Amino acid sequence: MYRSHVLVCGGTGCTSSGSQQIMDTLKSEIEKNGLAEEVSVVQTGCHGLCALGPIMIIYPDATFYSMVKVEDIPEIVSEHLLKGRVVTRLLYKETVSPTGKIKALVDTDFYKKQHRIALRNCGIINPEVIEEYIGTGGYEALGKVLTEMTPDDVIKLLLDSGLRGRGGAGFPTGLKWKLARQNDADQKYVCCNADEGDPGAFMDRSVLEGDPHAVLEAMAIAGYAIGANQGYIYVRAEYPIAVDRLRIAINQAREFGLLGKNIFDTGFDFDIDLRLGAGAFVCGEETALMTSIEGKRGEPRPRPPFPAQKGLFGKPSILNNVETYANIPQIILNGPEWFASMGTEKSKGTKVFALGGKIHNTGLVEIPMGTTLREVIEEIGGGIPGGKKFKAAQTGGPSGGCIPYEHFDIPIDYDNLISIGSMMGSGGLIVMDEDDCMVDIAKFFLEFTVEESCGKCTPCRIGTKRMLEILDKVTKGTATMEDLDKLEELCYYVKENALCGLGQTAPNPVLSTLRYFRDEYEAHIKEKRCPAGVCKALLSFHIDRDKCKGCTLCARNCPADAIVGSVKNPHFIDTDKCIKCGTCIEKCKFGAIYKK
Amino acid sequence: MKSLAELKAIRERVQSQVGMRAEDHNHIRVVVGMATCGIASGARPVLTTLANAVQEKGLTDKVAVTQTGCIGLCQYEPIVEVTEPGKDKITYIKMNPEKALEVVERHLIGGHVVEDYTLNGADIK
Repeated sequence: MYRSHVLVCGGTGCTSSGSQQIMDTLKSEIEKNGLAEEVSVVQTGCHGLCALGPIMIIYPDATFYSMVKVEDIPEIVSEHLLKGRVVTRLLYKETVSPTGKIKALVDTDFYKKQHRIALRNCGIINPEVIEEYIGTGGYEALGKVLTEMTPDDVIKLLLDSGLRGRGGAGFPTGLKWKLARQNDADQKYVCCNADEGDPGAFMDRSVLEGDPHAVLEAMAIAGYAIGANQGYIYVRAEYPIAVDRLRIAINQAREFGLLGKNIFDTGFDFDIDLRLGAGAFVCGEETALMTSIEGKRGEPRPRPPFPAQKGLFGKPSILNNVETYANIPQIILNGPEWFASMGTEKSKGTKVFALGGKIHNTGLVEIPMGTTLREVIEEIGGGIPGGKKFKAAQTGGPSGGCIPYEHFDIPIDYDNLISIGSMMGSGGLIVMDEDDCMVDIAKFFLEFTVEESCGKCTPCRIGTKRMLEILDKVTKGTATMEDLDKLEELCYYVKENALCGLGQTAPNPVLSTLRYFRDEYEAHIKEKRCPAGVCKALLSFHIDRDKCKGCTLCARNCPADAIVGSVKNPHFIDTDKCIKCGTCIEKCKFGAIYKK
Repeated sequence: MKSLAELKAIRERVQSQVGMRAEDHNHIRVVVGMATCGIASGARPVLTTLANAVQEKGLTDKVAVTQTGCIGLCQYEPIVEVTEPGKDKITYIKMNPEKALEVVERHLIGGHVVEDYTLNGADIK
């Protein structure tokens, strides 16, 4: 038995900032101090505060250390673990009040407004040990479903809970299961979409890394509900930690008889296999994903027939997203009323968002539906660094749109986001400030879709390409106002005619920026000016003669030798040679260089 | 896995371990002085005894056993302080593993302060 548990985050974020070395050093220091019998070191999944990694939490006191370095470990062991003295300088600063008192983590701005259901075990249990999952009530929902409920009871319970798909479209999960149940077949399949492809979204990866058994348990429940005995998890090969932990989890569940034949002695068989995707964005679309599992080229096909009728291998199938599954065991155990008591009228429960871009607390947050954008960005996210002004928030990745300041107080849910021209998507939330050019952002997302378009249908393959060409002209200052009209027309055309979700939503970033930031487009076209100072073709760099002291620092660092001038005399930038790299602005100590 | 009872047995075995990782303001806090003075007079076995007993009895959802530095009464070490929400702090002095077990049984489980071992009650003259 251990008197203390040291939890070290082993999510992808903290692993890339060195948490593995920290684990190793920690174990050897604990050994050295003779504490190996008393203190246990546990590798967990993501805590959400990725910006402050590597993260370490010591229980039972729940001391939260952030940005821990290998050099700090001996001090933590000898001070905290041996003598019981908290190493104040390493504490997450939000947990220390101005008077020096230490606050509980749940009282900090970042965690206070969060409500963790899908992420409830992430950062708490060791994902590679099935007993820890069972210790928090794991697999009890499966036991309850198999021994006390009929498949129809399960479906009714989900319908009552109001759970909607967390992958983006928000389709009611219970309804999806009901349709698949109604179709008789000798074989049905349960699939899990772990092909998280939106730039900036990483909630599914964190659930798989931090609590893989929750997904396995929910898939087995789904199998029972629709009458399937085989499941597939389609996960991208770029998520090596998630793939590893899923493999371990599946093997452990088989060993414990929680997957396989005759689960809980009820005669119910269910097994799960992994399929690794090669990272094509289109494979997040349900029909393309199933085609890819079948071993074919990942391309979508027209619907109907819907997967509930003819899905994987031509059999009735369901496909749910990782986060959707992670909610299900909790809904079964706590009841549909519990779940439906959170959220808004049409969007129940919570949603996980991956905060990124110009925000202090980059990381993962789970909030009740209906929380406002302002609360998420200013309170939980800690606001925008450098005192810059908020310009827009991008949700839904390449399928979503930009939300301007005028909608800062809108409660976030599926329907509200669609009504303002964006969408929930899988939950990426990228914050942009006054230094971001909205045309450039639209171009960035369109470049992504052009690259990822599978090429099967013409509207998407050629339409998005033409749209990108027009956007490119805008950022270079060579577009006309007629081009802008043509762009808008193309957007609607692609939206209406593309075969699958990828093409149908690809114009959203353009449409929403045109809707809210049309003046920026017009400035590029009419005045040949990029208001945010991003589009290089429209910028030129200059030196303010009054501020320049002639220190020569800029000239020495210019990679294009474009700056001329003698010592102690104002310098001058040769705009023909200048490659607009911005090095001079970074180097100048007097703020004498500006762009316009 | 053949039955729910089997699952429950695993849960009960692990729960006290995982249960430690919760943040609850209503925990009874059991704090052991683990400065040099405490360690020198035998606080370590007291701490491990307390921590193990609390887990064995399945009390981790109510009781947190932690450590602190020097409490200032070095001659009375090992010192164990028990703080229940809304009640006065009880200070046990000159503890050893046997006394610690008694405190777990009578105080943490039974709810009665073991007066003989407290700073006020012990015969320390």
